[in-house]
Order: sequence, then C-alpha cells, then structure tokens
Amino acid sequence: MIGRLIDGVPARGLILLGLLMVAALVAPLFASDYILTVLILIFYFAYIGQAWNIMMGFAGQLSLGHALYVGLGAYTAASLYVHFGIGPWLGLLVAVPIAVAAGAFIGFLAFRFRVGGVYFAILTIAVAEFARVGFDHLSWTAGSSGLFLPVKQYATNDLWSLRGRPVMFYYLLLAATALAFVGCRALLKSRMGYFWLAIREDEEAARSAGIDTFRYKMIAVMISAGMTSFAGVVYAFYYNNLFPEQVFHISRSIEMILAPIVGGIGTLFGPVLGAFLLTGMAETLTGTLAALGVDIPGAKQVFYGICLLAVIVALPDGVWPWVARRLGLTERNK
Amino acid sequence: MTALLSVDNISKRFRGLLAVDKLSFEVPQGQIFAVIGPNGAGKTTLFNMIAGVFAPNSGGITFAGERIDGLSPDKICRRGIGRTFQIVRPFPALTVEDNVIVGALLHCQGVDDARVHALDVLRRLDLYDKRTQRASGLTLPDRKRLEVARALATDPKLLLLDEVMAGLRPTETDRMVSILQELNRDTGLTILLIEHVMRAVMALAAQILVLHHGAAIAEGAPEQVVRDPAVIHSYLGAEDI
Repeated sequence: MIGRLIDGVPARGLILLGLLMVAALVAPLFASDYILTVLILIFYFAYIGQAWNIMMGFAGQLSLGHALYVGLGAYTAASLYVHFGIGPWLGLLVAVPIAVAAGAFIGFLAFRFRVGGVYFAILTIAVAEFARVGFDHLSWTAGSSGLFLPVKQYATNDLWSLRGRPVMFYYLLLAATALAFVGCRALLKSRMGYFWLAIREDEEAARSAGIDTFRYKMIAVMISAGMTSFAGVVYAFYYNNLFPEQVFHISRSIEMILAPIVGGIGTLFGPVLGAFLLTGMAETLTGTLAALGVDIPGAKQVFYGICLLAVIVALPDGVWPWVARRLGLTERNK
Repeated sequence: MTALLSVDNISKRFRGLLAVDKLSFEVPQGQIFAVIGPNGAGKTTLFNMIAGVFAPNSGGITFAGERIDGLSPDKICRRGIGRTFQIVRPFPALTVEDNVIVGALLHCQGVDDARVHALDVLRRLDLYDKRTQRASGLTLPDRKRLEVARALATDPKLLLLDEVMAGLRPTETDRMVSILQELNRDTGLTILLIEHVMRAVMALAAQILVLHHGAAIAEGAPEQVVRDPAVIHSYLGAEDI
C-alpha cells in the first residue's frame, strides 16, 4: 500500500516532503503567537482546499458552495456542545453525516437531472445561500445574533474537548492536512481515482468506457462534503463564535477555493502550496501596511484578485506544476 | 452461426426527421460487419442506439440473447459492447497508458492488473512506445488508435467502430486494417464498423449493410453489394471502385 503511494515519486520529492513535515512539526517552537495564528489559517485552507479538490480537481465538479459543509459541521458540533455538552469528537459523528447528506442531496439533484457545469456551480451556491438565510432564522442556533461557545483562558490543552491554546489547533490542522494529503494520494491512485479523472476529462467517453458516472460523482461529492465538515468543527471550537452571515457567506466559499486554484487544481500539492502563498503573502501585506501606518480596507481582497489574475495569465495550471518542473519533482511514469 | 447482435425493426425519430426507419439486421458471432451509406443516412444514430446513447422509438436490440435497447451507455459497455467515437474523445490530460487503464479497470479490480492488461492492448495497437505521452499531444492517427485501445481494454465481445479510418493516410489505413484483422482472427472479436473508406471496408468486411435515408437498401457480401445498382446510384456514384 505504501509502495503504491510513493510509486513514481522522485527520491528528492520524498526528502523534501520529509523536511517540510519536520519543519511544520517544530515550527511552533520558534513561531510567535501571531505567526502561529497565520500557520493555523494556512493549514485550515490547505485542508479544505484538498477536500474541495476531490470534487473539482479529481472528478471535475465545480462547487462554489463549500461554505455550506463548513457551516453545517461548525453549527452541528457547536450546538451539540452548547446545548447538551457533547464534545466535538462525538459531535463530529453527527456533523459529518449531516454534511455528507447535504452533499448527497445536491449531488442527487444535479446528477440525476443532468445539471452540469456552471449550472451545477449555481446549485451549490444556491443551497449554501439557503443555509445562510435558514440559519439566520433558526432560533436553536441563536439565529443571526450568533452562537457562542463558552471561552476562558486555557492553561492546558484538552484535545478531547478541543478546549485549549492555539498550538493545539495548529497540530490538529497539521495532522488533518497531512492525512488529507495521503488520503487524496491514495484515492487518486485507486480504481475510483482513475474513474474520477476520466469523468473530469470527458464524461460521455467515460460512460461509454463502462463507468457509472452518477455513482462516482456522488461518491466524490460525499467524500468532499464529509471532509470539509471536519474543518467546520475545528473552526467552531477555534473561533468560538458562529454567525450565519459569516460562516455560510459566498465569500467564504470563494476564499476556500483560491488556494487550490492558485496552487494547481487537481494536484496534491497545489492546495497546500496555494494556501501558503496566498495566506502567507496576504498576512505579510497586512502586516507591512500596518507597519507603514497605512489603512486600506479591502487590501487583502484586492491582493487575492491580483494573485488570481497573475496565476491565470502566467501559470494557468497553477503554481505547483511549474515549481515541480523547476525542482525536477515531476512524477515518473513506469 | 448464431447472431451476437440482432437489430429488430428499430426506428428513431428526431422531431420531423426519421433518422432510422424500421431497420433490421443481424451480426453473427466473430464476423466483421460494415455499415456504409451517404452522410445523413443514419449510421451514427444506429450506433448510438446500440451503444445506449439513445433508445429507439420502436423495435428492439438484442445482444448475446438479451434485450439491451434503452440501457445506459455504461451498462451496455459492461454487457460487452465497446465503442469509439466518430470525433475522437480521448481523455486529453491523461497519458496514453492511463487512458487505456481506465478502460481496463472495467473488469480489473486492481490498478496493477489493469496496467498489465492496458500495456498488452497498447502493444497490439502500436502505441506502447507512446504510452507516457499525454493524449492531447498525439497525432490524429494515434488518437484514433487510442480510441480503439481504450474500447478494447474493456474486453468487449462486440466492438463498434465509428469511422476510425477517416482522416488517415492510405498507409495508416492499411495498418489499422491489419490490426483489426489480427484482432478478429486472434481473439474472435466481432466488429461492427461504420466506414466511408471503401478500401478498408472491402478489405475487412465479410458482410456489408448499406443505409440510405435511415433504411437498408442493400445487404450482402462486399462484391455483391458494390455491384448493386441501388448502392451505386445512392452512395458510390460514378466513382470507380
């Protein structure tokens, strides 16, 4: 199994991956509190980008409503905690199935009735927007006034209840990103992975090669939704407050997909690299502007826009394929 | 010989246009059977009904003793009918090898088994040396062979070839003809082809069906069909064969 996963990866790629992992593991020893929060954000986006990439990069289904799955995960786990004192890991057992069911609902509607391309994307936006408006009026989750988790200063890290200091969330998201990376690699190299790529490349040709495209598209959406909802649970316990207007907003959905687009759609390293580039550079920009005493609202959004434009014009396949070629990390074929 | 595929009185109408009109024919097990006819005769529509892209409005299609009309394309492929497209549709971003692995995975559960099978097929189709290239970078003759390879990798009992010779130079056509002959001889594969290149049809087909305005105007052995006055009038024209 491990042999299959690293098959064709150049040795220096594995060494580089090992070094990066070590660097990520020791980073909190050297990072300031501020840098640590930036790193948390980076791994949050890297993880979600990986989950989104299963749908878009592998199976070719564009979701512009992934905030839905983050929000469902976040609200489910937070409500269970606030109302019944049920911890996040048990909450996850409820949150993931809810998100998977939502994904299955969207997938069924779209794929059963042959809604594809931009219309599928619009459907994903629409359902996320329904959720935003719906949660605004749902009194059980405190509606538009926001759901708050009890907060105090934590001296210790309680991983079971996800109550603790940022460094705990850092390692949690790092582990999730690493697992997602390995998991996606395994999926991509599996029978299903080949079927997804075939569907992405040409759905009609895939069908005539015997692939049950409905089934494999459904599986892609459900895995992606379930994975994404885990990030929502972490989000809820990290930020401790949830507002439908923020959590389900379309700008959240867009923000999530920038990392894999900039890094390289359909690649495994793209979402990770994209998250580092975008979040890292955006924070540097904010920091620099603050140091210079300049206050420009929306500078980050403009920066994201410029980054997207630059990538689309210069490296339409994303930054990672270019970096991989430069570093001689392109996968060999047997 | 028993019929592997039997088409019984099928019709397909696209609004006002009757594309296929009460057509019946049988393809025996192990035969190479050609469908010819002018553009718009309904050949591709016929193929699309056999391959499950559309259901016929009336009539039935029986394959290996079971009715298949109205089944979806993936189910039909799983029953044992592989097809190529008139306008080639390889998976452009995938390598030649991966394109064929996708087909091979229909019957192989593991990717490694599928790769072994795919490489066998690629050797047969003269594409082995190009296996690491992306399909998007191939020339047209190579893409046509890749279509055949992907369909063959699904281990079909019947292979539907929609104008695989179109756009090929004569030497490439001859190569494709000999590949198809070898396949038919070595594996007993039944082949149903739509073709305009008469040179290939005459070399390959044991039986020819001529379609015109959705209906059969002639059917028989090649020598007999090309001398048929109705065929010469409607399709072959003044062209000398």
